[in-house]
Amino acid sequence: MPVPTLPAARPLPADAVADTGVDATINDWFATVSDPVVATIFLSVPVLGADLPLIVVWLVVAAVFFTIWTGFLNIRGFGHALALVRGRYSDPKDAGEVSHFQALATAVSGTVGLGNIAGVAVAISIGGPGATFWMIVAGFLGMSTKLVECTLGVKYRRENADGTVSGGPMYYLSRGLAERGMARLGKVLAVVFAICCIGGALGGGNMFQSNQATAQIIAVTGAEDSPLAGQGVWIGLVFAALVGVVIIGGIKSIARVTDKLVPFMAALYLGAALVVIAFNLDAVPGAFEAIVSGAFSPEGVAGGFVGVLIQGFRRAAFSNEAGIGSAAIAHSAVRTKEPATEGHVALLEPFIDTVVICTMTALVIVITGTYTSGEAEGVALTSEAFETVIPWFPVVLAVAVVLFAYSTMLAWSYYGMKATRYLFRDSAVAENVFKIVFCGFTVIGAAATLGPVIDFSDSMIFAMSLPNIIGLYLLAGVVKRELAQYRTKLRNREIVPVAERVDR
Amino acid sequence: MEPQPPAPDHDCPSPLILVGIDASATSRRALQFAAREVLADHGRLVIAHVVDWSPYRSATLEENERRHTDRAREIALADSDLLGPAREEAERAGATVVATVARHGHVAETLMALAREHGAAQVVVGRTGDSRLRTLVFGSTPSHLVQVCTIPVTVVP
Repeated sequence: MPVPTLPAARPLPADAVADTGVDATINDWFATVSDPVVATIFLSVPVLGADLPLIVVWLVVAAVFFTIWTGFLNIRGFGHALALVRGRYSDPKDAGEVSHFQALATAVSGTVGLGNIAGVAVAISIGGPGATFWMIVAGFLGMSTKLVECTLGVKYRRENADGTVSGGPMYYLSRGLAERGMARLGKVLAVVFAICCIGGALGGGNMFQSNQATAQIIAVTGAEDSPLAGQGVWIGLVFAALVGVVIIGGIKSIARVTDKLVPFMAALYLGAALVVIAFNLDAVPGAFEAIVSGAFSPEGVAGGFVGVLIQGFRRAAFSNEAGIGSAAIAHSAVRTKEPATEGHVALLEPFIDTVVICTMTALVIVITGTYTSGEAEGVALTSEAFETVIPWFPVVLAVAVVLFAYSTMLAWSYYGMKATRYLFRDSAVAENVFKIVFCGFTVIGAAATLGPVIDFSDSMIFAMSLPNIIGLYLLAGVVKRELAQYRTKLRNREIVPVAERVDR
Repeated sequence: MEPQPPAPDHDCPSPLILVGIDASATSRRALQFAAREVLADHGRLVIAHVVDWSPYRSATLEENERRHTDRAREIALADSDLLGPAREEAERAGATVVATVARHGHVAETLMALAREHGAAQVVVGRTGDSRLRTLVFGSTPSHLVQVCTIPVTVVP
């Protein structure tokens, strides 16, 4: 395994999927392709006995930098972000445009996915309870990165001839840097970003999702004894068909139903987490202690303090996608005179995703102590933790996992499609090829084991952060001015809530 | 900034009636009724159509991307298919139509907001709208108006 911080091939539920026939072939082929890619992206340096992947440093340094650069606007702007989402600043005459709430909800339902359920489990089984602490810290810091990304995403979005809008890192890299006299560099970064985005869409946004959803379906239908064991490829085909009818067939009603169910499932998930916590109330103080002490002086974790830190930050980044650039694509559809408003709204995303949902998952796993047995991995570990209190929950969790996975796949297919359109100048042929390849990767994801899939997904998603964050640094001045002028208008009451406007 | 609307006044020499319409037959009767009222009172008429919409409705990324164009199309369609013909009909009947307006939002609440903006003295709506099913599930626009509107409401059967 090129990345020592990742789980070695332990008995995984997904292994049952890959033991036989077609699955095994796909799996072998996949490992040969993914290993060199993974080794490059996750180039690590040994620090205090732990392997520190430089890409994690890259993300954390950016998040810390932008938190300081914006003067802790991730915290200071929180209240205003809530007011924006509640429509307090939305003129009723503009009703019918994408609301801040809709933009946030759409982006969140694309982000809330397996990272919140499986990723957290991976972090804790490798990094111990302390990983939770660093995950929360990373969530707060990530809010700054999203604020910056999404402000730029709206500022430099392109209005197409047909009235639709295209935004995201491709556009702020190319147009934003051109404005600052770095047109050539901007173009190169935008192209690199778009290529990585297609890779990320196929990897973390697709294969990882279908892999874990498949593992969960097999686990609840009887694990190794399941009639579906070893049939991952067939489950994958079903997923591919469901994705295909929406993105190729244009049957939007399925996507709409999913988008309605996802918030419901998220609420159910959080409710169940609270029930588990309530049943183990006496274990809560101990769990908090384990989380805090484990964060600074972990026992039995490879790499000690640094090892825990890496796990926490790494899973947080994969879950909330801050610094990756994907959110900027999702948020740029909002029509607003002030790009900073959408930046504010976007900072709520890592908060909901990481600080709230991931923390709940972590608490459930730590409180129930299921991570200490070292048998289950990924979704299975989370599932086991819930099962200790709510015996039937694995079935609900399986449904939630499948739904989250599906909505995340749809969101990433959109990001990948936007990147493809950017690269191939809106070529319909390229777009259709991408969609078909996307569905193909859904099948591969369902058939491959967790190890190679999770490595490859991570590497492609993280690769997006390279061009994106270079761009964010180069445009840091632009963002600062943009945010400052908006905050000044707020302070001077040039922008006031609708309820206080005189011309109402 | 829009000009300040006159304050609602029932004794105003030229009372203003807001009529909310959709594509239904009852809303056509509401329009005809409002036109007659306006004519009798030497009043003025504002014809409004509200596109049912909520900022909290879930939407896909692709719908968001197209939303601006879709909204413009919905408004254009309301203008050409509903408001334009309604204005002609009211004017043929001799009523003075000061404005037609299409807006998105919660139907009853948006009608009330429009009545406030235009300083209307009365709101006229038809009893049943386009969608019977939606009415059954969520309650009807007229009953909502009757319950919370701060100016007189006429519901035309």
